[in-house]
Amino acid sequence: MKLELRGITKRFGALVANDHIDLRVEPGEIHCLLGENGAGKSTLMNVLYGLYTADEGEILLDGAVQRFTGPGDAMAAGIGMVHQHFMLIPVFTVAENVMLGHEQTRVGGRLDLDAARTRVREIADRFGFHVDPDALVGDLPVGVQQRVEIIKALSRDARVLVFDEPTAVLTPQETDELMAVMRRLKEGGAAIVFITHKLREVREVADRITVVRRGRVVGEASPTSTDAELAALMVGRAVELTVPKGPPQPTPNALEVQGLEVTDPTGAVVVDDVSFTVHGGEVLVVAGVQGNGQTELAEALVGLRTTSGGSVRLDGTELLGRSVRQVLDAGVGIVPEDRTHDGLVGAFSVAENLVLDRTDGAPFARGGVLQLGLRDRFAREKVEEFDIRTQGIDTPVGRLSGGNQQKVVLARELSRDLRLLVASQPTRGVDVGSIEFIHRRIVETRDAGVPVVVVSTELDEAVALGDRILVMYRGRVVGIVPASTSRDVLGLMMAGIPQTEADAA
Amino acid sequence: MTALAPSPQPAAVAGARDVTVVSRKAVVASAVITALLALLVALAPHSGSTSFRFSSETDLFRIPDVAVPGQATAWVCVVLAALVTAAMELSVRRGRRVPLVLSAVLALLLIVGFLAWAGAGSDRDFPVVRLVGGSVLLAVPIVFGALGGVIGERAGVVNIAIEGQLLAGAFSAAVVGSLTDSPWAGLVAAVLAGALVALVLGLFTITYKVDQVIVGVVLNVLVIGLTSFLYSQVLVPSADRLNSTSRFTPVAIPLLSEIPVVGPALFRQSVVVYLMYLAVPAVWFALYRTRWGLRLRAVGEHPKAADTVGIKVQRTRYRAVLVAGGVVGLGGAFYTVVSVSSFGKEMTAGAGFIALAAVIFGKWDPVRAALAALLFGAASNLEGALSIVGAPVPSQFMLMLPYVVTVLAVAGLVGRSRGPAAAGQPYVKE
Repeated sequence: MKLELRGITKRFGALVANDHIDLRVEPGEIHCLLGENGAGKSTLMNVLYGLYTADEGEILLDGAVQRFTGPGDAMAAGIGMVHQHFMLIPVFTVAENVMLGHEQTRVGGRLDLDAARTRVREIADRFGFHVDPDALVGDLPVGVQQRVEIIKALSRDARVLVFDEPTAVLTPQETDELMAVMRRLKEGGAAIVFITHKLREVREVADRITVVRRGRVVGEASPTSTDAELAALMVGRAVELTVPKGPPQPTPNALEVQGLEVTDPTGAVVVDDVSFTVHGGEVLVVAGVQGNGQTELAEALVGLRTTSGGSVRLDGTELLGRSVRQVLDAGVGIVPEDRTHDGLVGAFSVAENLVLDRTDGAPFARGGVLQLGLRDRFAREKVEEFDIRTQGIDTPVGRLSGGNQQKVVLARELSRDLRLLVASQPTRGVDVGSIEFIHRRIVETRDAGVPVVVVSTELDEAVALGDRILVMYRGRVVGIVPASTSRDVLGLMMAGIPQTEADAA
Repeated sequence: MTALAPSPQPAAVAGARDVTVVSRKAVVASAVITALLALLVALAPHSGSTSFRFSSETDLFRIPDVAVPGQATAWVCVVLAALVTAAMELSVRRGRRVPLVLSAVLALLLIVGFLAWAGAGSDRDFPVVRLVGGSVLLAVPIVFGALGGVIGERAGVVNIAIEGQLLAGAFSAAVVGSLTDSPWAGLVAAVLAGALVALVLGLFTITYKVDQVIVGVVLNVLVIGLTSFLYSQVLVPSADRLNSTSRFTPVAIPLLSEIPVVGPALFRQSVVVYLMYLAVPAVWFALYRTRWGLRLRAVGEHPKAADTVGIKVQRTRYRAVLVAGGVVGLGGAFYTVVSVSSFGKEMTAGAGFIALAAVIFGKWDPVRAALAALLFGAASNLEGALSIVGAPVPSQFMLMLPYVVTVLAVAGLVGRSRGPAAAGQPYVKE
């Protein structure tokens, strides 16, 4: 089925998320939609899928104009979507998830689960998936959950398949398998739209590439383009893809973590006997596929999560068992994973957020009274220094872009006298320009002799930023390796294969 | 065609450790209650025997009355209850959940033990049939309320307004039943009244996305006020015409009603009770085995996922809430067309809130919730039972009992329970 979007425009208030976007996807083609976070890719696909109604423009399938009032219409027309955040119900079985919305019933209104099971097995067999139709989806690994999403789309005979950032939660090997599935679907005559911001994947699998920037199509690129060319097209200027940094100059001060263990409320051991040492002047990147205990590790380091064993010592002093306040006072800087939830108070101004953790004493408060003049002077300085693009220091921080919000967090944390920096996903949802800046500041912090722990699920970032890389899998340390380790080995390690075996593989 | 390379098995890193945590709460609560009973029996010993009467005059087979030494029986029950608690502890140690059967047996033992102690030395006997039958009767509105609560919450709408729906049902059944002189018409009116309250709940929580708990509480207050006002201003002046229903009479089911003890207690009841027997499995079937139920649960767990497969979230929730309100309204009719034949101010007396507790105690499952409602019904009934034998327990304490059981049940016995993920959250389409 041929898909054509003509002049799609979607506005949210004053913001134009999609500005007259044209897109043509032929059957048997993988069409890549490349763009930064916030460029409007997901909005466009939500329009296509009937979740949003376009303000202007039309959707054509095989030349016929479509009117979608909801996802039901889009599915009926043959459009299937593999969502970035899986649209699966964790407490339902695979079969129930697949049948949901187009259930077959037997006499008396009973659900025909057998038919659904057969359908799941049939599609799974066609693609060599190993999926048990009666498994609860919540018990399955994310890679398998994604296959359930694919089966769900295919069970409705989708002829146009949209993959929205499908690789974010996958190991590199799982990504390769997904690419193989996509090629196979393509050979079966499906039209595939592949949304991503990862250049490597684009070049590997795309037949055609459309680049979107700030809601507009800025051009087409061929799969033979280099990373630098694609990045430049995506961002609108030449981009430094590597982080300029010298060799590490380790200093004796260090963060020492011994046998750290964290148990989550359900009793699962999410951080299991983790030990490592980071010296001053060194960046250790904790890598791994999302959900393998990195978040919990970072939270445990800074006292945001109760631990069930082990020790965390900074320059010889134990940090575990201390309150977050005491940890901060010990000189630990925290860049939390979810800045809008944990890093900032959205309704507070830029200035207020910049001193959020320092309002209980001098110099920003005296006798319980905030020193507003001093705060504002400090805020203006930091806005300048960190190149925070804001209308003013009184602007609520929630109105800033992701990148500028992250700069506010970073500015606050780095303006204290640091002895350790823990940064979780410091560049998630941040534009490329800000990424460069944030990376530079992290490297500067390292060069000032501070131990730095960065948690990242992006292999590119891990390799670019880290001096050493600690790979986590299911809460355990698979290995700590130099950043020069090959990506294939790192990828295997992210799937739980230790380096020695990964080297052999 | 590229063959799909099987992903390498992560053999070297053995599977993640996963310690199953089974809540100890149930065990602790059981132990505490057993110990309390033991203390009661030990500190206030009663001599004499307790007799239980098992048959009524009309029984086909008559079981002789049983007289047991009260104090000794109480001790036997305490010991057995302790053993059951130990069995619970064992199953928890093995990392398994406490089986429902054990909890049920424990509840039964505690009740029998308490009765044996309380009735010792009394010259009157416990009419077991009436005790069981009375428990069922008192549980009827709670069961219907709990079913309505389960349906609502499974669809993602917390139904705090059960109390209001019960009361509205009772009121409408009284008025319509009196006007038409037909309990059936009253029943239908009760269903509609319950659904009407539910419609208001739906309008505010689903369409206008107001906090569900707040709307529920406000609706309860509204219905209490409205019915009380209408009662004193309209019903009282013309009570003959508007507030005297003809009740459903008990109907004995052939054969079943001849079963000793159980028969007369359960199968010589009115049609509303039989409707309850049918409603519990019917709701279970509808929730777990039909398209309606699958979509309803999907909407309560992950509304966005349901939306992306073309399910209309708002519409599904409205339907669920209306059905829930109707079911609760049916329970409300019990007050005025089965129990007594006229409406009284605030006559539901908090049954709706106990039903809410039964929903949680029953882990959002219709069958378990109905069993929990039965337990609460039995607790309410104990007061009557003890006054029959003139037990040395202050009646105020016994009046308190159902609420104490509710608090213990919700706080302790239920263990860790997880409700529908999206319960309480309005669905906002982006």
